[in-house]
Amino acid sequence: MNTKINLAGIEMKNPVTVASGTFGYGREYSNFIDLNKLGGIITKGTSLKARPGNKPPRVCETPSGMLNSIGLQNPGVEYFAKYDLPWLREFDTKIIVNACGSTIDEYVELCKILNDLDIDGVELNLSCPNVKAGCLAFGMTYEGVKEVTSKVRKVLDRKPLIVKLTPNVTDITQPAKGAEDAGADGISAINTLLGMKIDIDKRKPVLANNTGGLSGPAVRPVAVRMVYQIAQAVKIPILGLGGIMTGEDAIEFMLAGATAVSIGSGNFYDPETSIKVVEGIEKYMQKHKIEDISSIIGTVEMN
Amino acid sequence: MPIKLDCEILKKEKIIEGIYKFTLKAEPIAKTAKAGNFIEIQVSTTGEPFLRRPISIYSIDDDKIEIIFQVKGKGTEILSEKKVGDVINVLGPLGYGTFSVDNYKKVAIIGGGIGTYPLYELAKQLKGKADVTMYMGFRNKDLVTLEKEFEDVCNKVVITTDDGSYKQKGFALDVLKEDCKKEKPDIIFACGPLPMLKAVQAFVLEENIPCEISLEERMGCGIGACLGCAVKVISGKEPRYGHVCKEGPVFKATDVEI
Repeated sequence: MNTKINLAGIEMKNPVTVASGTFGYGREYSNFIDLNKLGGIITKGTSLKARPGNKPPRVCETPSGMLNSIGLQNPGVEYFAKYDLPWLREFDTKIIVNACGSTIDEYVELCKILNDLDIDGVELNLSCPNVKAGCLAFGMTYEGVKEVTSKVRKVLDRKPLIVKLTPNVTDITQPAKGAEDAGADGISAINTLLGMKIDIDKRKPVLANNTGGLSGPAVRPVAVRMVYQIAQAVKIPILGLGGIMTGEDAIEFMLAGATAVSIGSGNFYDPETSIKVVEGIEKYMQKHKIEDISSIIGTVEMN
Repeated sequence: MPIKLDCEILKKEKIIEGIYKFTLKAEPIAKTAKAGNFIEIQVSTTGEPFLRRPISIYSIDDDKIEIIFQVKGKGTEILSEKKVGDVINVLGPLGYGTFSVDNYKKVAIIGGGIGTYPLYELAKQLKGKADVTMYMGFRNKDLVTLEKEFEDVCNKVVITTDDGSYKQKGFALDVLKEDCKKEKPDIIFACGPLPMLKAVQAFVLEENIPCEISLEERMGCGIGACLGCAVKVISGKEPRYGHVCKEGPVFKATDVEI
């Protein structure tokens, strides 16, 4: 039984990664799971300089999911390279850095640094809904994604480049094509859906930032549909995510066209969710006598 | 180090309407837990409600921990319906900022409402080591809880109610302030509603009394990864957002903006 996959040039022992922003830089979860069992770790969104993050409250629960507005709080790439990366490198898993910025120049400067680090790939975050500048602003159109991605591609010539897309668009295939045409090696989808929860006693939104990104099982069908649409529109591989809790959920994404998957807020529900997904995929392979997990990618037959 | 553990409910007690005490079989957690730690409970195995519920540890025994919680919403309601013998999945002990159980001569502990519960293990550990006065404030007589439990471990217990329906009328902090005029304690420990904690903080900063405050904030992961439960930390050169689940839940009153 072969669970190995190749995501955008990154050889992984299995298709299961943990999603950016839900797993920090891995230390906290290493108390609960063996990081060596993961196909890869996508780091917390990391920027050129440290970012303070948004005012609290930053999270709240919603039906089968949650809203967050963390605001990309992170210690900056230098700190990451010095303190977190050497620690992460002790594990036998692929390290993909989620890169975020407020301006194109910031993305470019950051990716110049990432190009020289001992990492396995970059996930370009063009989709965070919780910061005022950058990110989402670039991620919503074909032109926007193409412009940032091509400028980053020029300086990031030694690492696989995966572009993470927002679902907060009318047609997800447009930014996906923008990424492909700019030379991205892969696409990651979806980031969170913009949402809001109101405290009816205070008549105010629960989150200090008013709106936040919706994640969890509630968004899964939207994510599966979008992964399918992207798979029809582009040739580069897809890292699929959105509410994955079990191996069965992961298989859905792979049938829709994802080469690999990410576990996001499912980590909060159970720190062992990612490991259970790895085991669940193996069980599915045994049950359906699948020799090679790659063979199921994009094999859904539409009615 | 925090672990994930399936804990059997050994005992369930309704303290007053809407407030429950569970005794959990949790040896590995009990062995390492400190006063001020909390746990995160998965209230449902269906994925709905989605997030775990952070609940402070009330008491630590050899192989057991006790929690007391108020039914506030869907999650705690489901938890309150669990029966003796049921097993719940728990992460714990959580929080690296705990109460400093140290050598003190005179200690004041102040708790408001359900904020008194996270203070009990602290009082228990200080018993016989320091002269401890517990100040507990409640809205009214019907909400007064754990009077006897605190009397058993503290040298003195002061109870106030906002409406005067039981013991002294007024706020617990006002009594503490009066007592401080006679003799200041070496340290004050506090947990309770935000307005009370703000008033406590203002008082101790003015009087220059060491103080530790247990905070709560909406949480995602509970272990320091999601960065959801932010609190402004002002102890360094520049203010920054720290996190209640990791650096807290107990902070020095001088270190946080509340």
